[in-house]
Order: sequence, then C-alpha cells, then structure tokens
Amino acid sequence: MVISKKPLHFIAALLVAFMPLVSSANPSNDSTAVEAHAVAKTEEASHEGVHAEPKDEKAKIKEFINHHLLDSHSFYFNADEESGKHFGFSLPIILWDNGFQFFSSSKFHNGEEVAEHNGNFYVLHHEKIYKTDASGKLNEEHGHPTNVRPLDFSITKSVLGILLIALLMFLVFTSLAKSYAKNGGIAKGIGRIFEPIVLYVRDDIAIPNIGEKKYKKYMSYLLTIFFFILFLNILGLTPFGFNVTGNFTITASLAILTYLITTFTANKNYWGHIFWMPGVPTPMKFILAPIELLGTIIKPFSLMIRLYANMVAGHVVLMSIIGLMFIFKSWIGSSLSFGLAFALSILEILVAFLQAYIFTMLSALYFGAGNEEHHHEDAHH
Amino acid sequence: MEKLINDFSFGLFIWQVVIFVGLILLLKKFAWKPILDAVNEREEGIKNALLSAENAKKEMQNLKSDNEKLLAEARAERDALMKEAREIKDKMINDAKVEAQATGEKMIEQAKAAITSEKNAAMAELKNQVSSLSLEIAEKVLRDELSNKEAQTKLVEKMLGDAKLN
Amino acid sequence: MQIPEIVGAGLIVIGAGLGIGKIGGSAMDAIARQPEASGKIQTAMLIAAALIEGIGFAALFA
Repeated sequence: MVISKKPLHFIAALLVAFMPLVSSANPSNDSTAVEAHAVAKTEEASHEGVHAEPKDEKAKIKEFINHHLLDSHSFYFNADEESGKHFGFSLPIILWDNGFQFFSSSKFHNGEEVAEHNGNFYVLHHEKIYKTDASGKLNEEHGHPTNVRPLDFSITKSVLGILLIALLMFLVFTSLAKSYAKNGGIAKGIGRIFEPIVLYVRDDIAIPNIGEKKYKKYMSYLLTIFFFILFLNILGLTPFGFNVTGNFTITASLAILTYLITTFTANKNYWGHIFWMPGVPTPMKFILAPIELLGTIIKPFSLMIRLYANMVAGHVVLMSIIGLMFIFKSWIGSSLSFGLAFALSILEILVAFLQAYIFTMLSALYFGAGNEEHHHEDAHH
Repeated sequence: MEKLINDFSFGLFIWQVVIFVGLILLLKKFAWKPILDAVNEREEGIKNALLSAENAKKEMQNLKSDNEKLLAEARAERDALMKEAREIKDKMINDAKVEAQATGEKMIEQAKAAITSEKNAAMAELKNQVSSLSLEIAEKVLRDELSNKEAQTKLVEKMLGDAKLN
Repeated sequence: MQIPEIVGAGLIVIGAGLGIGKIGGSAMDAIARQPEASGKIQTAMLIAAALIEGIGFAALFA
C-alpha cells in the first residue's frame, strides 16, 4: 500500500532492515511456545490446584496465547516444563492497600504461592492480584473471584515496555535534536532515520488535516503518539513477548487523551455543530444534538478498539500459526506453518506502521474538526 | 465487552498516562521543538536561497534590459543628433544658397542700377555735349550764314517754307 | 461467545469486508483515472476503511 512515494521507500527499507529481526524472532517465539507449555502447565497446576491433568497440545497453546495477551507481573523468556523453573526476572509489585505495599513478584512464585507482605496475603490469579487469607483460597462466583482487589500499581511487563520505549524515544529524538545544532541544520546519527517520518507526520498528517495555522500546537502530541504506537507495535513483534498496544488499557488511555485534547481545544464552531447543527430544520437540531454528542465519544472509542483489535488479532494469528508447528509435528506441516508465520510477520510490520499512521491520522482529523473555521457554515446556505 | 472491561487495569492506566504525558512534555521540550525548528529553519534557508537566486536572476535580467534600454536610448540620441546635424547642415547650405543667390541678385541689381545710372549720366552728358556742340555748330553756322543778307533771307524763306509744310 | 453472537459477528465481518473491498476497489479506479491525485485518494480511502474497520472490530468485541 503506497502511502506516498518517498515514505514508501523508507518503509520498504525499514521492512528489509527489520527482516532479520523477524526471522530470528520466529525461532525464539518457538522457544517461547515451548515455554508456553511450561507456563500453562504450572499455571494450571497452581490455579486449578489438584485437578492438574496432562493437557493436549492444542489446549496448551491456547492457554499460552491467552496468557501472552494478558499483562504479566513478571518477565520470563523461558521456562522448563519438567522442573517448573522459569528463566527471566521478577518485577516489583506495588499495591495500594492501606498505604503502598512494595514487594517483588518472586514472592508469588509465578502464581503458585500466596505472597505474604506486612501481614497481608495476596494471590495472583490470571495476572490479577486478590487479597486473601493465609490459605490463599479464592471465593469464586460465576467463575470470577469475589475477593477484594487492592489497587495494583505494579511495574508490570507492559509498564516495563512503556518505560523502555519512552526511554528509547527520549534518547533517539533528543540525539536527533542535538545533531541539528551540531551539524548546522543537518541531521546525523541514528535519529536521522526518523527525520523523514517526522516530516511526513507534519506535512501529510498534521497540515492537511488540521490546517496551516493551527497545526503547530498539536505537533508534539501527534509525533509522540505516532512513534509511541509504532515502537510499541514493533516491540510486540520482537521475541520478548511484549503485548503493550494489544492491551485494552493502553489503547484506552491513548484514545482518552485524544478525546480530551479534541474536547478542550475545540472552538465555538465545533460545539455549534454538535449542539445546534446549522442549516437543518429546528426539530432536526434536537434529534441531531445527542447523535453528534454520541459521535464525539464513538470516535475515540473506535480509535481504541481499532488499535487493540488489530494488535490482538495479529498476535493471536501469528502465535496460533507458530503453535501449529507443534501440532503438526511433521516436517511438511511445520515448515509450511513456518513460512506462513514468516509472511504474517512481515504483514504485521506493515500493520504496525499502518495502525500507528491511522491512529495519528484520525487524531489529527478529530483535532482538525475541532478547529474548523467558520467557512464551513457558509456551505450550508 | 465484558472481557475488555474485566481486562482493564487501573494501575496500568495510571502508569501509561503518567509516562505518556511526561514523555510528550519532555519530548516537546527536548526533541520536537528543536527538531521542528531546525527543519523549519533549514526549509526557510532553502526557500530564501531559492528566492534570492531568483531575485538575482531577475536583477540580472533587469540590468540587462536596463543596459539594452540605455544602449537603445544612446543609439536613438545619436540618431537624433545625426539627424539634427544633417538638418542643420542642409539648412545652412540652403540658407547659404539662398543668401548667396539673394546677394548675387542684389549685386546684379545694384550693378544694373549702377549701369543704368551710369548710362543715364553718360547719356545726359552726351546729350549736353551734343547740344552744346550743336549749339556751337549752329552758332558758327549761323554766324557764317548770317554774314550776308542773301543767305539770311534764304534761310528765312526756307524756314517759312518748312512752316508751311507743317 | 454464544452461537447467535458468533453468527452475528461473522455477518458483520462479511459486511465490513465487503465495504472495505468496495472502498479499496473504488480507490483503485479513482487512482487509475487520476494518478496525480493518488495521495489524496489514499488518505480518504484509509480513513473510510479505518472507520468501517472500527465498526467491524467494535461488533466483534462488544
């Protein structure tokens, strides 16, 4: 899909550049798939307690994918199925339970044990922390535990990913910014790769949608959100198993920010169009106002769902196809699914760019709608 | 939908918002502003360079056309001068001719007048001399004639006869 | 998911797929007719496709 001529070259170059990453990602994903069984099994053992029967391969893979899509309180690359040993590191748990409670996620022993801290007992169930008594028993009702959930401010895997990307973006773009001053207005160093994208965001996303006059105040947000989503999408394709943009909470917060910015920077004309649509009969205005008002909420909602669904769908499909390798267990089927996974990985890189582009593009469009000048009204008469 | 709401983690939300807003503000200050400013500056620079090149070109053209105009003006002036000079020359020649003619005519006239007056004077003198001569002759003749009576009478008669004839 | 929900989701996905296909096809036609306006057409196409896609996903997840 050609977005424009120059960036296409750039995207093509980037595709090629990332290819080795992807090809190496697949085998490592395979190893995570192996880990899947381990994690799945140990989890099963912990959660369902006694009735931990051996499961078939399909169920294990399903379990692993579901586990991957969730946020995680610890960071593991691999696990040994036999010994139940996990390779990786624990992350800090921060809870608000009558004051902040800090402890390491290693206390949960990968969800197998009850963590005791300051006389309180906590249990990790499907990556959610519940407060329990010393026995660690959860009172289940319709399959959902009814125990109290303390506010969980833990540095989870997603938070770690966000922090990493934030740090990376800060380093890359400040170095780019500094290189201008050093080299007399010409970019140098690693940030240079991103200069065409910065210009693309300005010239093809911000200016056409918001307008020459007002685009400047939105540039910081648009650029940050574009690179943030892009980097997180690509991080999700690496074998580290991050699934940050495929997390409902993350996309919701991004969409809410877009909604807030649209709402607070919108001009009179925008609100006029929502509450008192010009150029239609008066009774229609009363009907249109709630519809338009609902529309303002649906717009960021669709932003949120779109990014979330695209990323989740990509991860699920990719991991399912990788998982097929372990179901086929024949060299024809497995290599076929490997080829398919490879092709899909490349498609996912395109989706990573496309979703970042669409999110930014639609945000810019909404900002532009909020800032539209009066001339629109003349067209109605 | 229920699954989504179930998945929503308030802690992660807070982290994300805090980190993201912080990132926007930090990058705005340390990255986007300098980058966009630098890019703008560069673009302005390129635009200005192009504009000044265009201006220089225009100026050159102006200069060239000015030069041409000057040249043309000079040429026109020269032509005008030449024409004027030729006119003056022609006029002078003409004038000289006319004057010369007039002078010549005048001189001829004068000469003619002088000749006439000379001739008249000469004629008058001649007449005088002729008359005095004839008077002298007549005196002498008369004296001779009137020395005898016969001759006198003969003359009177002749005269009378003449008168009769008249 | 219950059976009716799955069927409904499938129907919506079919509809969304048809819609996006139509948009893509029309955009191709338009680009073929006016290659110089391809940038604008692509932008409009992406926006329209994204909106339909949003509806499709909303239906899938809701």
